[in-house]
Amino acid sequence: MSTHTTNPNIVTLQGGEEFIVGESLTSKALRRLRKDRLSLIAIGYFVVISILCFSAPLFEQALGVSFSKTNVTQAFLPVCIPVLGIGTDYVRPDSLRGGNTEEIPVGCNPKHILGTDDLGRDHLVRLLYGGQVSLRIAFLAAAISLVIGVTLGMITGYFGGVIDDAVNFVITVLSSVPNLFLLLIISAFVLQNEELLAIFPSDILLVLVLGILGWTGTTRLVRGETLSIREREYIVGARAMGAQPLRIMFIHILPNLLSIVVITLAADIGGLILAEAALSFLGLGVRVPLPSWGNMLSQAQTFFTYGVHLVIIPGVLIFTTVLCLYILGDGIRDAFDPTARD
Amino acid sequence: MFKYILRRLIQAIPTFFGITILAYLIMDAAPGSPARLLTFGARTTPQQVRAVEAQLGLNDPIHVQYLRWLLGDDWMRWDSNGDGIADHAVIIPLDADGDGVPEKPGDRLGIIRGDFGRSFSLRQPALRLIGQYVGATIELSLTALLLGLVTGVPIGILAAVRKGGYFDNFTRIMAVVFNAIPIFWLGLILILIFGVWLKQPDGTPLLPMGGRCDPMSVGGCPPLPQRLEYILLPALVLATGGIAVFSRYMRASMLDVINQDFIRTARSKGLANRTVWFKHAARNALIPIATILGPSVTGLLSGAVITETIFSWPGMGRFAFTAVQQQDYPVVMAVVIISAVTTIIGFILSDILYAIVDPRIRFN
Repeated sequence: MSTHTTNPNIVTLQGGEEFIVGESLTSKALRRLRKDRLSLIAIGYFVVISILCFSAPLFEQALGVSFSKTNVTQAFLPVCIPVLGIGTDYVRPDSLRGGNTEEIPVGCNPKHILGTDDLGRDHLVRLLYGGQVSLRIAFLAAAISLVIGVTLGMITGYFGGVIDDAVNFVITVLSSVPNLFLLLIISAFVLQNEELLAIFPSDILLVLVLGILGWTGTTRLVRGETLSIREREYIVGARAMGAQPLRIMFIHILPNLLSIVVITLAADIGGLILAEAALSFLGLGVRVPLPSWGNMLSQAQTFFTYGVHLVIIPGVLIFTTVLCLYILGDGIRDAFDPTARD
Repeated sequence: MFKYILRRLIQAIPTFFGITILAYLIMDAAPGSPARLLTFGARTTPQQVRAVEAQLGLNDPIHVQYLRWLLGDDWMRWDSNGDGIADHAVIIPLDADGDGVPEKPGDRLGIIRGDFGRSFSLRQPALRLIGQYVGATIELSLTALLLGLVTGVPIGILAAVRKGGYFDNFTRIMAVVFNAIPIFWLGLILILIFGVWLKQPDGTPLLPMGGRCDPMSVGGCPPLPQRLEYILLPALVLATGGIAVFSRYMRASMLDVINQDFIRTARSKGLANRTVWFKHAARNALIPIATILGPSVTGLLSGAVITETIFSWPGMGRFAFTAVQQQDYPVVMAVVIISAVTTIIGFILSDILYAIVDPRIRFN
């Protein structure tokens, strides 16, 4: 909004600090965020990972490999980047060669940059497809819990009374059961239910489970904010003019909730990626053959000796992606902090 | 104080019943019928299955079933003259399957009296089975909690006294890193490093890759100090979240304290920095830590499921995970209720502890 280099409203305070008259919190936050190098790196990394994941089919075509076609003779190939000399000295253990040793290629195959898994599928494109699945689940689940959380939070904060007590009671009950535990049980019942699985694929079911159980934090936050917004003069004014509660909530309150919701969103998505990975790792999330970063690790844990890359790389991807989202979340929170100074 | 504790406990009662309702609803919505499981494999006709269902009370309205699960059915259908045949019944019919013969007297005590039913797979009372595993979980969780405190608290103190310095920035980043790292992956990597890559001179892994202690050993498990190598990795993995939270919290709390008047007074007396930090500031900064001990119970119990599964630690978390996979509802429900009650008690205890260590907090 503000192009502050030519903005006539800039006041330079003593000590060289610039202050823009009438600047909104959002544009101030964006300006601060543009200066926050760590957050910018985090955004950059996250965008790059997302683009790579969603262009998985291109990689598949370009490298001439497949994420789903199995080929046991090509199993457990190592990470192979001949230009850097990585993987070229790998000698395949005899135990993996099977009977006819002559016909089976041994070691590095430049087509499989990050090697292959236990069934000879290309690890790189599987990681990219897995990332697609993991990111999609986290974003959709975050969207669902955001809608539920904001709606319930606004309703309870605005109306108070019995609805407020009831929702608070449900939140207290839900948060008394250890989070992962509840997720584990519900997703076990949902994702082991063959009738449901016949209708919906496992990733959609997981989105629903994560989304429907994840709203409590947002609700609490939005409720508190709504409680304070409700008492402001412009709301009283709107009410005096005869505005209906729905109109007040969606036209007058909702836009003011935006910043507080955005602040938690990045960290929420990071948490959801972790939750999806944990559930899939435990075998109660995304079902094979559909890859996700979590279920790739789940299979890999039995291959410590043959396929170390199968254990390390998916974890690094989960970890770095979540790390970026958390750093971004911190950055956004600092940028929106009204007490902070530039 | 007594009044305060009593009031907190009374406040927790509705939450407890809420949890039982939630747990019951989940169990009720779950796929599969207990009657089918109990009659599975035998040559049963549909009529027989229906009879078993009626005898188990599965045809009763859901609130009656919930009541039976919660409070038992020994008071719903009982035998007053001691001939082994029920002759009185309230709420539920005397002859449930309609064959003209009264059912046996109710023998369920309900979860309120500790009867969670029998495990479907192991055919033993669920509570007794959990009792066999709970010790290992307590051992692991307490070790992890302790590890989190003794690492996180000093880190927080040092980061606060050198605010903005290298150590502060480094630990701030590490706290985010520790939060972002998937603990199951951290577990796998530690197993890879200490169990696969690093070896003792005789070729065995440097640290055991899992397990707790040899169950075959005479006289059960030796005391914890003699089998530290087993608990080291799982406790470390379980403690990562705690280290991050405690260090951040301690830092913030320490910064609050450092800016107070009594610290300035201590300094103006000419006390050494170290004395001011550790004797005056840190002791007061520790007080708010009491409030996050309760919430950390939930984290530890959640983490225990994953940690115990990876490290084959024979605790409640791993047992519960197996039960979930096998759809062994009595065990799953028992674990849900027990962990929820533990969480509630943890919150109450941490509030009480806070009130004890901070005399400014009043019990009213």
